[in-house]
Amino acid sequence: MIELQHLSVTYADAARPVLDDVSLRIREGDLALVAGPTGGGKSTLLGCLTNLVPRFTGGRRTGKVLLDGSDITMTAPRDLADRIGYVGQNPLGGFVTDTVESELAFGMEQLGVDPNRMRVRVEEVLDLLGITDLRRRALRTLSGGQQQRVAIASVLTARPQVLVLDEPTSALDPVAAEDVMSLLRRLVHDLGLTVVMAEHRMERVVEFCDSVVLVNGSAVLAGAPGDMLAVSPLAPPLVELGRRSGWSPLPLTIRDGRRAAAAEREAWREDPPLLPVPRTAVGDGLVADGIVVMYGSVVAVRAVTLDARAGHVTALVGRNGCGKSSLLWACHGAGSRKAGTVTVAGHPSRPGDIALVPQTASDLLYLASVAEELDVADADADLPAGSTGAILDALVAGIDRAQHPRDLSEGQKLALVLAVQLARSPEVILLDEPTRGLDYGGKAALTRILRTLADAGRTVVVATHDAEFVAATCDQVVVMAEGELVDSGPARDIITGSAMLATQCARVYAPVEVLTVAEVLGARAAR
Amino acid sequence: MSASVSAVQSGWVRHRLPRSLHPVAWWLWALGIMATASLTTNPLIEGLLLAGTTFVVVSRRDDGPWARSFRLYAALAAAVFVLRIAYRLLFGGGDGDHVLFTLPQIPLPDIVAGVRLLGPVSLESLLSGAYDGLRLATIIVAVGAANSLASPRRLLRSLPAALYEIGTVLVVAVTVFPQLAESSMRVGRARRLRIPSTPSRSWRARARFVRGLVVPVLADSLDSAISLAASMDARGFGRADGGSRRHRILAAITAFVSLVCLMLFAYDLVAGILPALRLGSLVTLHLRDLLVVLGLVAAFVSVRLSGHGVRRSRYRPDSWRLPELLTVACGLAPVAAIIGVGAGPEAAALYPTVLPALDIPSLPVAMLLATLVALLPAVLTPPALTSATEVTA
Repeated sequence: MIELQHLSVTYADAARPVLDDVSLRIREGDLALVAGPTGGGKSTLLGCLTNLVPRFTGGRRTGKVLLDGSDITMTAPRDLADRIGYVGQNPLGGFVTDTVESELAFGMEQLGVDPNRMRVRVEEVLDLLGITDLRRRALRTLSGGQQQRVAIASVLTARPQVLVLDEPTSALDPVAAEDVMSLLRRLVHDLGLTVVMAEHRMERVVEFCDSVVLVNGSAVLAGAPGDMLAVSPLAPPLVELGRRSGWSPLPLTIRDGRRAAAAEREAWREDPPLLPVPRTAVGDGLVADGIVVMYGSVVAVRAVTLDARAGHVTALVGRNGCGKSSLLWACHGAGSRKAGTVTVAGHPSRPGDIALVPQTASDLLYLASVAEELDVADADADLPAGSTGAILDALVAGIDRAQHPRDLSEGQKLALVLAVQLARSPEVILLDEPTRGLDYGGKAALTRILRTLADAGRTVVVATHDAEFVAATCDQVVVMAEGELVDSGPARDIITGSAMLATQCARVYAPVEVLTVAEVLGARAAR
Repeated sequence: MSASVSAVQSGWVRHRLPRSLHPVAWWLWALGIMATASLTTNPLIEGLLLAGTTFVVVSRRDDGPWARSFRLYAALAAAVFVLRIAYRLLFGGGDGDHVLFTLPQIPLPDIVAGVRLLGPVSLESLLSGAYDGLRLATIIVAVGAANSLASPRRLLRSLPAALYEIGTVLVVAVTVFPQLAESSMRVGRARRLRIPSTPSRSWRARARFVRGLVVPVLADSLDSAISLAASMDARGFGRADGGSRRHRILAAITAFVSLVCLMLFAYDLVAGILPALRLGSLVTLHLRDLLVVLGLVAAFVSVRLSGHGVRRSRYRPDSWRLPELLTVACGLAPVAAIIGVGAGPEAAALYPTVLPALDIPSLPVAMLLATLVALLPAVLTPPALTSATEVTA
């Protein structure tokens, strides 16, 4: 179906090619996952399929792209519109019109589809994707999962044979991600569509895939999921567990995992394994009492009381739009707050006590180099030159000071913003969705950083919907829904008690309460 | 039951099926109201137009975001009305005999002789301010009516095929605007996270503050512009049109001819150099009029030619049927009436005098009837498509 022959891409001013002599083939009707570390060339590979690379990115591309045997290397993206559908990383940014129905029709209007046919196709696609009730909604008012489904619908109306998606579930909460993935699987099975998607949250997608393409610069491998994941440097927890336990074949679904772990689970049920002791808090951290946030007449946060202890990492979870961000901003004081008080370590919070890393970390960066950003941070906090730089080195070593902040990887950007925010040594650190855009390596590094901060007696609060990250990092979990606090408690209780928040290991070993691969291995070693 | 439905009745039912009217029909209707309003200061006519327009909007707008904009226009109209009167109060409204009350006058230096602040206020000056304000308010409300009955976005969609790209660019610009506002709000909020502990008031610190707002917003909007362009390209926007080379050349030539004709016409309007041709003893033909007709025809041909062979189609194109025609006719009726009245014996009624003698405004019967006709679209057109009129299965 799709064939790449000796494809190489080198961006302008880059010393090394992003992709180097890549040859691979994707079969018709496959749901192919393109996986690899951040900056490894996943998006570039997808861009090559649609010819948006190098037309929209610049750079040099050599080699050939074949679709169904015909050479499309030199075809303009617009002339591929009826053969390859492309949904970018941020669906909202790709919408051209304002309502769902007209967005679905836009592509067909360009192709000159007959108005009557067009009408029929819009109705069909609305039904196929189950978004009939959204047809007249304004695109900006849709939730993230709905936007993703509308974006997929809007390229499907052009009847492409191939669907290319860049990180379709990264920004979604677990339920919305599950919806989108089962939708994609249905398209592959019912319509025979070929789907190529990049995704770094592999735990969400691996079970749906027919093939996996591992991308890391010159080393590009393609094959069946089981074979590829056995050698992949990045793997979801379930695969990691299977590899460490020597299970063969490697489990890709929770069901397979449970079967492989059946004997061990039974043994542990009789004789519970040794689990890490919960860390004790060292004192009062952030206490937010009766916080109310309203936008006009809409209540975003409804009298929430949050108690995060010093020495703990507290997770704030809940679906997108449930008021997590509003609560963090209100606690910090930079966001609006209609009512409520915030105390830090027992006294009312003063400016500088609380630091916040916003969702789009790059909003805080505006200078031309990392060095300049660090200097300004030193000056702002009245610190001797080099202090913030030292913090940055302690977080992530080896960031080139001459680089432009926008050229840093997501993880490096996050580290830089965190360093800038830590310069004034705040008691409380709030992070809003920091794991978005981080691969497994980046998340592990962030876990280490946050643990170090908490162990030094700081209070850390993280808003996230990444269950694996919560299990590896957090001591306490606070669950929000519709602006209200619905549950809170120790991480282990909350995670094992919830169907959507449970980690892969928790599902494999339920009802035994182990959360992460590290805990399983630790329990085995203790035996 | 259904077998006995007469042809007339079923025709009426079909005519009244909820749908949205062609946007051009609403805009032409509103233009008629605006033209009428601008040709008179009679408060009775203006008042009738104002009430009629509001009535039509209330009964025929849908529930989209643009439909809600009518309230903004109404508020703007009210503000303009009040301002016109306040202006008379402030800058001396003392002309005329009927002084209502006297405000303490503020003495001004001699340099600004002729300008008076406050002082006596007469009925005449208040009235002339009110007449003027009412006329402006009616025009503003008519613009608001067109906006809320047929959004500019839908109007752009009915542009001819040759102007499609421009239309899309305008639509995208309208869409991107709220996005820009959103990202500047987000960055502005993020900025508050990095305020120095000892804020300095130097121009340097201020420049840095502005830079911290502008750079991320611009970078953000540039990024989103590129991703939007990529998405549009990947979805087929700007695919090579099927138009032949011959058509393109002809279109360019006619466009050029049209431009030259219209430019000459505009020049002659000011300079008046072109001669009039005498055809026989009765008919005089101005070369200028000939030019403007030729220019418009050439423009029309050019647009049609360049749209020829475009392989693009419209999703649910707005249709032009009887209700559209009726709406336009109802909008043009008051214009015809006011031109007729203006040429007849009742012409004075259109501009009731305030000075030197106070006139009580009268309403010519023709104008009363015409303004009543202008509000007929409220019943003649099919109801708008709202979520309440949609099938909910």
